[in-house]
Amino acid sequence: INHVMHNGGLYKRPFNEAFEETPMLVAVLTYVGYGVLTLFGYLRDFMRQWKIEKCQNATEREEQKDFVPLYQDFENFYNRNLYMRIRDSWNRPICSVPGAKVDMMERVSYDYNWTFTYTGRVIKDIINMGSYNYLGFAQNAGTCQEAAAKVLSQYGAGVCSTRQEMGNLDKHEELEKLVARFLGVESAMAYGMGFATNSMNIPALVGKGCLILSDELNHASLVLGARLSGATIRIFKHNNMQSLEKLLKDAIVHGQPRTRRPWKKILILVEGIYSMEGSIVRLPEVIALKKKYKSYLYLDEAHSIGALGPSGRGVVEYFGLSPEDVDVMMGTFTKSFGAAGGYIGGKKELIDYLRTYSHSAVYATSLSPPVVEQIITSMKCIMGEDGTTVGKARVQQLAENTRYFRRRLKEMGFIIYGNEDSPVVPLMLYMPAKIGAFGREMLKRNIGVVVVGFPATPIIESRARFCLSAAHTREMLDTALKEINEVGDLLQLKYSRHRLVPLLDRPFDETTYEETED
Amino acid sequence: MDFKHVKDYIYWLYYQYLLITCSYVLEPWERSMFHTITVTVVAMVVYTAYVFVPIHVRLAFEFFSQIFGGQPESRV
Repeated sequence: INHVMHNGGLYKRPFNEAFEETPMLVAVLTYVGYGVLTLFGYLRDFMRQWKIEKCQNATEREEQKDFVPLYQDFENFYNRNLYMRIRDSWNRPICSVPGAKVDMMERVSYDYNWTFTYTGRVIKDIINMGSYNYLGFAQNAGTCQEAAAKVLSQYGAGVCSTRQEMGNLDKHEELEKLVARFLGVESAMAYGMGFATNSMNIPALVGKGCLILSDELNHASLVLGARLSGATIRIFKHNNMQSLEKLLKDAIVHGQPRTRRPWKKILILVEGIYSMEGSIVRLPEVIALKKKYKSYLYLDEAHSIGALGPSGRGVVEYFGLSPEDVDVMMGTFTKSFGAAGGYIGGKKELIDYLRTYSHSAVYATSLSPPVVEQIITSMKCIMGEDGTTVGKARVQQLAENTRYFRRRLKEMGFIIYGNEDSPVVPLMLYMPAKIGAFGREMLKRNIGVVVVGFPATPIIESRARFCLSAAHTREMLDTALKEINEVGDLLQLKYSRHRLVPLLDRPFDETTYEETED
Repeated sequence: MDFKHVKDYIYWLYYQYLLITCSYVLEPWERSMFHTITVTVVAMVVYTAYVFVPIHVRLAFEFFSQIFGGQPESRV
């Protein structure tokens, strides 16, 4: 049952998003599992404290025992007692380009994951369902690689300076003009690291006396940038426009906390696709709210640029909106372009201001030339300017893969979160033992997946996250689906009762809106 | 041949028990300790049920039949 929403014509296409509720029995059993692990964790900690067992994690030296404690023992309780036991599903070393198939070095552990040794064997051709390789540009052969190799032989690999000093290459200028043209904005600026783009530029845009309204599930880089800026931060419920409107109203009506002065600026921080949930932001509604209450919008398109929209221009094109409505369009080159770095696009005055006042521009090294060339070539390929239709074919292949994969998984009976069109597919696991079991079983069957547990997700909602790619062929997806089906039966992961919870949406009324939820 | 089927099924049930109670991630000695405790508790529950449930059921049955039947039982 797909919940279709028509909010006074704001949406030109159906917005199908679903988050099926956790079955009660599964939730209870998950808590039972965590209870058992907690008890055994206390037992092991007791044994370590009384030296019955050797303590293998970090502790102070004998001479420092009387000092103020350096390591907070209780904070690392979860880390020592659960994460260590299933640690072999993370930090797996790969030894080839992370395309649709990847090679991995095999490791074993003889002391329950405290140390690993390499057996020397390389597991070849693992189907890669974990890399953010949405358009398949992570390649070591092809036009992008040749162009990057040429630039490498011309410019070298290092830049050895920051943007403001001697690190501003003509390649960077070319890249920025291209990015501005791609997004449909006046001007853009590129930075060396996607995380640093958020965390170093939000402090340059807002300061004390400003208000930041940030989504519940925003990425750590946005949260860090918001905290560093010193502005007041208020959180609204994930993708919930009623919650956002209530906060905006309160902000306008009551102003700053003690002095009741109006806020200097109100900045709304949202992401295009939320990578842990697979949900897409309700951009038409956010823009309508932003215009009504005269605030600014910062859109982080890390996962959605290149992955959404008929020609890969991101979530703004997906909803058919104009890029001029979004004040600050931020994105990264890591995911769809197969490179590294981030960009910010917007009006010329804004970008000129950021060129002078951004911490990243002043202190961080600029992008490396071969990486810049990879971005330029891949972006031209997506736009179709290199003369072929490869880019368009990839965007369409990704959309097809997304729809097919999600439909098949739902039919099999797994609980899948998120929007129908997002290439990030979270499959719910819930129980902590199944996190480790799923990772290991899938690796045995030659499929590499990313499983996510507590600190990144709520404690009972652990999940396996699949990232689809345009490089996955139909056969690879079928193989992967067959194995997922088998592992799902083996581990009893098919929790879905095909009862989609209808989305809590109410018609958006421009004039009177009294009904809000607390 | 059918015996193998049954053995596989029982092993699969054991695997589910390990996953649900998170003993899948425990070390072997912890697992033995957990199994011992679980088996002990379950055995005690079963024994208590065996000893007490029939008597309680019979008493409850007599109590309710007295209310609804309305006839005092003869003492002789």
